[in-house]
Amino acid sequence: MTTNHTAIHIENLTRDFGKVRALDGLSLDVPAGIIFGFLGPNGAGKTTTLNLLLGLLEPTAGHAVVLGFDTRTQADEVRARTGALLEHSGIYEQLSAEDNLEFYGRVYRLPPAERRARIQELLTHMGLWERRKDSAGKWSKGMKQKLALARALLHRPALIFLDEPTAGLDVQAAVAVRDDLASLAAREGVTVFLTTHNMTEAEKLCGRVGVIRQGRLVALGNPDELRARAGGPHVEVVGRGFTAEVLAQLRAQPVVAAAEMKNEHLTIDLHTETDTAPLVGLLVGAGVQVAEVRRGKASLEEVFLTLMEEEK
Amino acid sequence: MIADILTVMWKEWKEFLTRRGRTRGTILTLLVLLAPFSIFFPLQMGRDWVESPVAIGFALWMPLFLVPGVVADSFAGERERHTLETLLASRLSDRAILFGKTGAAVIYGWGLTLAATLLALITVNISSRGGELLLYPPAIGLGIAVSSLLTAWLAAGIGVLVSLRASSVRQAQQSMSIAMMLLLFVPVFGVQALPDEWRAHVAAILTAVNVTMAVLGAAVLVVMLDVGLLAGAMMRFRRARLILG
Repeated sequence: MTTNHTAIHIENLTRDFGKVRALDGLSLDVPAGIIFGFLGPNGAGKTTTLNLLLGLLEPTAGHAVVLGFDTRTQADEVRARTGALLEHSGIYEQLSAEDNLEFYGRVYRLPPAERRARIQELLTHMGLWERRKDSAGKWSKGMKQKLALARALLHRPALIFLDEPTAGLDVQAAVAVRDDLASLAAREGVTVFLTTHNMTEAEKLCGRVGVIRQGRLVALGNPDELRARAGGPHVEVVGRGFTAEVLAQLRAQPVVAAAEMKNEHLTIDLHTETDTAPLVGLLVGAGVQVAEVRRGKASLEEVFLTLMEEEK
Repeated sequence: MIADILTVMWKEWKEFLTRRGRTRGTILTLLVLLAPFSIFFPLQMGRDWVESPVAIGFALWMPLFLVPGVVADSFAGERERHTLETLLASRLSDRAILFGKTGAAVIYGWGLTLAATLLALITVNISSRGGELLLYPPAIGLGIAVSSLLTAWLAAGIGVLVSLRASSVRQAQQSMSIAMMLLLFVPVFGVQALPDEWRAHVAAILTAVNVTMAVLGAAVLVVMLDVGLLAGAMMRFRRARLILG
């Protein structure tokens, strides 16, 4: 069951399409009030999960509870309390931006005055208010995605589902949509279930991440926990005079997990985040000419690739 | 529920009125239909147009030409333009979506037919120049209103069923055209194809039957067909099927 602190509870959720198992025993909880990233390559089962959570598809086995409602038996309740930006923006291109929001405002039964105020508030926040009378078909893809995001948030849902909201957008438009999403999610305190295969997006937005591959959940945690799984923090040292003795001295340090040369660079893997000054001092004392020191940690992209490799 | 149906109808109407490239086609269709129905035949028939049941026949026939073009777009169009998934993911119930789309098409066909009937009345009044105001007798007026409503509903019911199944608007329109042709021509050619003996028997039944009872019987039959089509559409309307289709 979901609690006040759990927006989504999924247990052993499975969905077959004929002989193909699109989702295979998925179990996870999404806490309320966070942006949850559901990562996976194309065809991993992200969209199927989303359709199951919205009650648009019935599971073959298992169950899901969204905002306290069973998606199989109370799908109408789920859809009444959530917003969605699915694979396609779902914008009526012949209608103006304002009419698109007006329609969904009526669908969610916002009173007329509140509807008008909310439409103005969201379109103004996204910088679209001046062009509200334009037919949406004349807008760029980025603007349409922003409009679709406004539509998903219009009725102040407790939870919104976003299916790859920046897919197919140019860099500038993707950044704009991401910024709007981050600021609106924070301002409205809405829980966001975001599917994406864009690691940068997940890294920037998500407080918790699930990674899915071939319908199975392969990792779950916050980005730092996943990074730790793929490798801890590391330091890269550029310079000259790295000898076998120096490397041996480094490896003997308790904070060092590994130290090896890669293309004239020394990479030191650390067990934990630690002050690197003593290590640099050790190198300089041993006669190494240090030109540059860079601290780093595995990106979510590296984590993702590691997970995909592990699963193979 | 009623509010939700009206919301869907509002959207359908907005979309229909703002659809690009539609205006010219709509005007052309209306002219082709209105010219004979509202001008040519009323001018030819004069007072008889108002006083005989011929206007009911036209009102029965007109929605079958008006509704298919609108209703074919209802689900197939949303699917083609990728707006259906979002609509299905909203809080609207299956019935609100279905009845809203059907209702929008019915009101379009019925409303235009009534407007054309009114235009025909104006034509007769202008051309007859008798000084007195000619109006449809109540029975004829009621016949026009009821028969056009029932056939608009019939065409919308067929159209929604077709549109639910079709993968594109073009496919839906083609299927609708075939359905309407069958609806119009099968009874005519069917009777022609009957052996002489059978045809005489049918004619004897038709002449013997009370006209009012025959009209009422036909109306009941069409109502049953309308209800059956709507029930079929409700059974056919499955979100999972529409999402995956």
